[in-house]
Amino acid sequence: MADVQEFLKDFPLLNGEIDGKHIAYLDNGATTQKPHQVIQSICGYYGGCNANPHRGAYALSVKATDIYESARKRTAQFIKAKRPAEIIFTKNATEALNLVAYSYGLQNVGAGDEIVISISEHHSNLVPWQFVAKAKGATLKYIYLEEDGNLSQEDIETKITERTKIVAVTQVSNVLGLKNDVKSIVKKAHSVGAVCVVDGSQSVAHMAVDVQDLDCDFFAFSGHKMLSPMGIGVLYGKYEILDAMEPFLRGGDMIEYVQEQESTWAELPSKFEAGTQNVGGAAGLTAAIDYLEGITFDRIEAIEKDLVDYALPQLRELPYIELYGCDSKQDNKTGIIAFNIKDVHPHDVATILDNDGVAVRAGHHCAQPLHRYLQQNASCRASFYLYNTREDIDRWIAALKKVRGVLGYGA
Amino acid sequence: MALDDVYTEVLGEHSRNPDHKHHLACATCTMKGHNPSCGDEITLELNVEDGMVKEAAFTGVGCAISQASTDIMAELIRGKSVEEARGLAQKFISMIKGEITDEEELEELDEALALKNVAHMPARVKCAVLAWHTLDDALKSDK
Ligand SMILES: Cc1ncc(COP(=O)(O)O)c(C=O)c1O
Repeated sequence: MADVQEFLKDFPLLNGEIDGKHIAYLDNGATTQKPHQVIQSICGYYGGCNANPHRGAYALSVKATDIYESARKRTAQFIKAKRPAEIIFTKNATEALNLVAYSYGLQNVGAGDEIVISISEHHSNLVPWQFVAKAKGATLKYIYLEEDGNLSQEDIETKITERTKIVAVTQVSNVLGLKNDVKSIVKKAHSVGAVCVVDGSQSVAHMAVDVQDLDCDFFAFSGHKMLSPMGIGVLYGKYEILDAMEPFLRGGDMIEYVQEQESTWAELPSKFEAGTQNVGGAAGLTAAIDYLEGITFDRIEAIEKDLVDYALPQLRELPYIELYGCDSKQDNKTGIIAFNIKDVHPHDVATILDNDGVAVRAGHHCAQPLHRYLQQNASCRASFYLYNTREDIDRWIAALKKVRGVLGYGA
Repeated sequence: MALDDVYTEVLGEHSRNPDHKHHLACATCTMKGHNPSCGDEITLELNVEDGMVKEAAFTGVGCAISQASTDIMAELIRGKSVEEARGLAQKFISMIKGEITDEEELEELDEALALKNVAHMPARVKCAVLAWHTLDDALKSDK
């Protein structure tokens, strides 16, 4: 796929050298690199448009407000929200999910109620629900997995019940890399009167998302995993639901009137955006969306699929490699491959790969309950994106072949 | 730095075939150590009598660096006084932090010297020092 190089040239970090080496960056599940279009947009904002939005009557402040609000419009179009006011900017997916836990969960979950999540959730879509369940005397229930790593259909059918108030699931698992059929989970949640929260952190940069088609009540993601800067994240929520919720953080910009003893709240989306916001980040997010839509998700999916199809058969030939989530019976594998090398701890694997300029993640990937469920202490994870090439895969696999030898094991 | 400066033969040997990875029936003191960010977990079991570390063993999971470091430490501290063992832990930690580089001064660390180059790998320092911090905690509380 020679035309993949077409995108690589846009990413300064990947064209430079780190400690004298070009890096094969295979940790896109953690964060993606940024194209110069995004970097430029941030520089452009701070170099020519910086002012506090919504606060000044002068032209520069109006300009900053425009940039911020058009990022909201652009984001709404991007995930097909009905209206821009349904887009709340946060600092990341974690904050977005906490917003839902605090402002929706604490108000709408009571003693004896149930919250249902899956065992493959990232801690960010798990720990907040533990908190709500504990605080309200509710029960946190888990959807476990089929043999092939997909969510158990039986659990989806039986664990979501009349007592369920919230169902929270990820659209793509950040370890197993499997796409969940969230649309049908949303349907099931609605059939019992529960709301459904979708964690889009690992999906939104890799596939077209349509929140109206999914019909989810909330959808959360981070900008930094989709080419944008760190520090900007998004919570989508259905207007009527957000409108009925209490604020999350309180202070400047989120109020209507402030009296000595009480206050009233601003309309959506301001009600949930207390204090000065990350306008530079929003400018970067707009540039990232432009960049991604210019490429199209069909193309991005094709690139990632090519890399997975190229890597998997080679990995399967190595008898000492154990793969997780790579035998899905559905056609739902994304560009994330979790693995272990027999006898070798993932951290040693990552160090040895790093020595050859190959960056992969090692550890529990913020998914301890999943690892415990898989009976693994930790794993390695390679995750691909649109600028990765078959050459990156070659380097990764060549380095993998050295690992056992470095630790003195025979092949 | 070359990989085999860190993944030395001594390290490989102790991580593949640890001598002291087992439970201690006569343990007088056990202490858990944990690196939450990477999941390394050890439980150190010591037999301390009359101010002497008579026996040391460990169980747990972790990378080659943390496992080898623990095994080497267990070997080194057997038969040492509590004071000596704590002194060795301090010295080892200082070596990994890069605070002591003088080979002569480090000599008493014996096989643990094989881990010296971890000082040049900031991402792995935690792995190397886990056991020694745990030892210090154990002996501190044993007093
Ligand atoms: C599935 C999933 N959810 C949530 C998060 C949290 O993202 P952030 O750390 O940007 O808030 C991540 C990223 O690590 C993730 O992979």
